[in-house]
Formats: sequence, structure tokens, C-alpha cells
Amino acid sequence: MTELIIPAIISCVAAFFTVYFMTPPLIKFLQKRNFSVKDVNKKDHIMVVRPGGPSIIAGIITSEIVLYIFFQSNEILVIMITSFIAFVIGYVDDRKVMSGWFKPVALVIAATPIILLGTYDSNLSFPLFGSVHIPVLYLGIIIFMIPITGNTINSIDVLNGVASGFMIIVSFSLSIALFILQNYQMAIISLPLGFVSLAFYKFHKIPSKIFPGDSGALTLGAMYGSIAILGHVEIIAAVALLPAVINSFLFLTSVKRIVEHRQIKGKPVEHTEDFKLKATDDKTAPVTLVRLILASGPLSEKQVGHTIFKLAIFSGILAIITAFMTGASI
Amino acid sequence: MKVGLFGFLFIMWILIITGGGILVTILGPFSINGYGDFDWILTSGFKAIFAIILVIAWILVMSKLKNWIFRKEIKY
Repeated sequence: MTELIIPAIISCVAAFFTVYFMTPPLIKFLQKRNFSVKDVNKKDHIMVVRPGGPSIIAGIITSEIVLYIFFQSNEILVIMITSFIAFVIGYVDDRKVMSGWFKPVALVIAATPIILLGTYDSNLSFPLFGSVHIPVLYLGIIIFMIPITGNTINSIDVLNGVASGFMIIVSFSLSIALFILQNYQMAIISLPLGFVSLAFYKFHKIPSKIFPGDSGALTLGAMYGSIAILGHVEIIAAVALLPAVINSFLFLTSVKRIVEHRQIKGKPVEHTEDFKLKATDDKTAPVTLVRLILASGPLSEKQVGHTIFKLAIFSGILAIITAFMTGASI
Repeated sequence: MKVGLFGFLFIMWILIITGGGILVTILGPFSINGYGDFDWILTSGFKAIFAIILVIAWILVMSKLKNWIFRKEIKY
């Protein structure tokens, strides 16, 4: 355990400061090239640059290379390759608007290194009841897991700071769960995800200076999914991610098809005169987590973000309880 | 509303744990024998179908619960 402390500290410092120092020049570069979009939730005409994906992937790759120097494990290689493929897919979508099916289908490619390098275990562990051996079904879980986590994080990237703030909470919850399960090496491999999100949150929090874009959100989601599989904590990871899962679930059950949000005509949320967010009664608009939060009355963008963070903390606590329950058995 | 969302999240968690229990206690020890080399394929196939049915049931239950918990909010 003690021999893991130095790699853990160096990788976390590398993750945080790579993003912290790389994002300001990235913002200037994107401003020069006019890669910006209007922040629709601001009263004034404010343009925000995107994507922040390049600094996020740089933080992940740098920190995981540091860990690879210490551990030389295939798991670290898989995390780097999977995250990088997801970044490329997201970057393509950032530059050119693709169809709703592009990201879920393309992210299957990001899952293939996990299978090809054989870094998975076909036993699926459940809290209290133990594990079940499902060799064929587990391949399906791997193929679906990365597109689901990637797109789920992407779908919650709707307000200033929400995607990165949400990732801080859920990724640290997952790391704590891995420590509880005494999977120390995987816990340390997972820590840079939280530190990358923490550094990016500084620039993404309200008022945002940069948006992560699809490249940033898919990278964070794909890394989270790969940690869940490689650390054998699929159920715990799903529990921590529940608020974002609810968002995707509400969206899909109301729209009843896989579609890019840009293609939806109805608006789930509108603005009051003082520019607070307010739920609409538009029947053609999808039901989303933000729309449900606003159903009781208008709230500021910051208040909605804080409510999502409270939900993430609640699900993070449930995930940690699930980790304790996974260690125990009936 | 906020209490409803926390409640919905908690019910989802309970259903995940319950579903896991069903999967481990019923599906875990299940195996098909007497078909030689095809035994593991048939066993895995059956387990996959059962798991998919369980996921569909989970989605249907959550969908009904969503409509019940948020009946006031989802008027659209």
C-alpha cells in the first residue's frame, strides 16, 4: 500500500496541473480561431469557446503515463487508448455536427481495446448477493458500457460547470469505493479522473470561460466506464452515475428515439424576465432532469447546478454504501 | 419536486440491488447440460435472454414510477 502513495501523488499532481496550465492557452487559441458558441443562459450576448477536450485528454494521458512508468499494467494502457478514441470521436462531433446515432455507435470502437487486451473479468459483482459468471453477456456489457457512460456524461453537459462538477463528485465516489474494496492499484489509476475534472471545473464553473464540448464530455465518460469495467465495479459505477442516468432515461422515454439534442424543436426550458430558468409546458419538448428540477418554479442557472450536485452527492453516498454491501454477503 | 427526485433515485438504487439479487440467486447457479460442447453456449444464451428481460422489466417499472412520482410535473 505505501509503495502506491508516491505514484498516486505524482499522477494526481500531473493530472491537475496539466489541465490547469494547458486550459488558458487553449482558451486563447480557440478565441483566435473564433471557435465559440453563444451561452444561451446569459442575458448578455456572451460567447464561450469550445472544446476543452484537448486539455482534458492531455491531463488524462500525462497522468496515466506517469502511472504506467510505475506499474506497467495493461489496464493503464487500455484506459489511455479508450479515452483517446472517445476524445477523437467527440472531436469529430465538435467540428462537424453528426447524426444522433454517430456517438453511440462510434463509441463501441472505444470499448474494443478492453476486449482485445483481455483486461476484463467475466464475473459481475452485485452487493450482498455475490457475483455471477456471464462470459458471453459480459462482452455485451463492455460494448454497451462505454457508449452509455460517454453519452450519459455528455447529456448532462447542459449548464455552466455541471459536467465537470458532476464528474468530480462521481469519480471521487468511485475511487473511494475502489479503496473500500481494497482494489488499491485501480483506485489510484482512477484518481486522475477526479483531478482532471477538478482542474477543468475552475474554467468551466459559472460563468464558463470554456465548454468541454463532446470531446471533453465523451473522454470523461469513456474513462469512467473503462475504470468501472477494469476495476470490477460496474454496479457501483452505475449507482454513482444515477442522476445522469435519470436524465438520459427521462429524455429517451419522452422522445422515444436516439436523436441529437440540436434536432429537437421543442424547448424544455425558457427564461424569465430576470433570466432565471423556467420549465416550459411545450408538449413536443423532451422531459429532462433540468426541466423536472424547474417544475416547482424558476431557478437561477447556479441553483439548478447546485441541485444536480446535491443529487450527485446523494448517489455518490449510495455508491459508497453499495461498495460496503459488495464487500459483505448474505 | 426535489424530494421526488431523491426518492426516484433511491428507488432506482433499491431496484438495482433487488435485480442483482435475482440475477445471482436464480441465474448464477443455472446451467444447461446434455448438449456436449453446446452446453456453455446454450447456458450463456439463456442467461443473456433472462438478463435482457430483467433490464426491460426494470425500464418498464421505472417508466411507470416516473409517471407516478412526477404526475404533477409531467403534464406535458
